Amino acid sequence: MAISLKISQNIKSFFLEIGELSFFAIRFFKEAFTKPFEFKELLRQCYNMGNRSILLVGVTGFILGLVFTLQSRPTLLEFGAVAWMPSMVSISIVREIGPVIIALICAGKISSGIGAELGSMRVTEQIDAMEVSGTNPFKYLVVTRVVAATLMLPLLIVFGDTIALIGSALIEYLKGEVSFLLYFNKVVKALKFSDVLPATAKSFFFGFAIGLVGSFKGYYCKKGTMGVGEASNSAVVYASMLLFIIDFIAVFVSDIFFEI
Amino acid sequence: MKKYNNIQSVLKIRELRKSFGDNHVLNGFSLDLYEGENLVIMGKSGSGKSVMIKCLVGLLFPDSGKIEIMGNDIADLKQVDMNILRMQIGFLFQGSALYDSMTVRENLEFPLRKHKEMYEKKDELVVETLESVGLLSAIDLMPEELSGGMKRRVALARALILKPKIIIYDEPTTGLDPITAKEIIQLMRAIQEKYNTSSLIITHDIDCARVISNRMILLIDGVNYAEGTFNELANSTDKKIKAFFK
Ligand SMILES: Nc1ncnc2c1ncn2[C@@H]1O[C@H](COP(=O)(O)OP(=O)(O)OP(=O)(O)O)[C@@H](O)[C@H]1O
Ligand SMILES: [Mg+2]
Repeated sequence: MAISLKISQNIKSFFLEIGELSFFAIRFFKEAFTKPFEFKELLRQCYNMGNRSILLVGVTGFILGLVFTLQSRPTLLEFGAVAWMPSMVSISIVREIGPVIIALICAGKISSGIGAELGSMRVTEQIDAMEVSGTNPFKYLVVTRVVAATLMLPLLIVFGDTIALIGSALIEYLKGEVSFLLYFNKVVKALKFSDVLPATAKSFFFGFAIGLVGSFKGYYCKKGTMGVGEASNSAVVYASMLLFIIDFIAVFVSDIFFEI
Repeated sequence: MKKYNNIQSVLKIRELRKSFGDNHVLNGFSLDLYEGENLVIMGKSGSGKSVMIKCLVGLLFPDSGKIEIMGNDIADLKQVDMNILRMQIGFLFQGSALYDSMTVRENLEFPLRKHKEMYEKKDELVVETLESVGLLSAIDLMPEELSGGMKRRVALARALILKPKIIIYDEPTTGLDPITAKEIIQLMRAIQEKYNTSSLIITHDIDCARVISNRMILLIDGVNYAEGTFNELANSTDKKIKAFFK
């Protein structure tokens, strides 16, 4: 009895949370398109996010490319299809693995960062202080961060994909003596518009989700230092979950438009 | 927005009520703050002092009651007008609430952003205000590099930079050693004389109240339980009042 009560409470609070997040998103759209715009702060946030994540994304991408190529080589060799390596790697990385892995990494880095930053600003009354000094904190803190994440994620993903392909090309060069030029020639030939467009489109949504969830958790952080930790932690969890849901929807939709 | 003409009370609260669930914090609190005076509010921890001043500046919405700031009923104000009104009010937060991603200079510039004429001469203003709290040397430091007392002074400078008509201090001396606390009190008096502001001061600190108050209000059980000068209240025979002056 007690357990079922607890479960039903958890389910209830989960749906409540989704409702609140939706209101938060609606408020974002309302405030994002009304003056005044905080361009300077937006640029600063873009720079910060890019700057803080680029190394992580680069390293992850490089290893991803290396490992992926090393793992698939034996199988492709067996079928005598190793010449297909560039096309296979590029399509799977650009379409799916790259965006999802890099978005997950960024959920860990950016979403939790925003959650902790806004959370501690809430707890130490800095957000109240902004409000009192006549600046709209939602615009200044939330809108800038969500927009920055939405703009920066696609760039980070393109960067990460490129590094991953360089990693893969390196293996091919070392193991199969395929030159970089030949490798990338094949990559360019293999990639179609219908591979690149949906991937890029969904990475904007990934960025939006990462920024939104982080801001939501931080902005409504509960008081106390416990609250800050919880905000940053649950920001990562919810953002990661949302990424997979978006990915599922994106694949579904692109399947309709560009039949695979 | 109405201009305040000849209204002596710059800030008026009537029958303010605010509850959080079953926690009835304010049960009909009223006060008047007159021009140029220092009004001290005392009350036990958790009695709703911070809640009351947050209602004043629109950070919390009261359940009922009336709040007038310089003749404007804040319930009728649009967000834009509320923000204009907020520029006339300096607010010193209990925990200083400095923006910790910004330097001291940027912290002080922040309230100026929405004020075109003042923003143009922001450099002078920042220097002048920091000088008046004696911290010009800290201008390029980050808040984390400051001591608690320095933070409080920077926060005070930030509250002052728009030259507000009203300043609200939420426990300006709490958490400071007696000497630093005295310095802050001196500073508050100096500011009051220099800019002729009206101040609403929340404090537990009986010394602070003695030195600075023209008038005091005791907030007990969510209402203004007693009102008078420091000496009047200190000599009261009421048990609840006496408890504050032990
Ligand atoms: N946002 C809030 N949500 C729920 N309850 C709150 C909120 N803010 C304050 N309270 C409650 O209101 C009561 C009064 O809090 P308040 O912060 O005004 O006390 P205070 O008089 O300022 O005390 P202190 O001297 O310790 O600062 C407390 O019981 C507190 O739990
Ligand atoms: Mg308080």
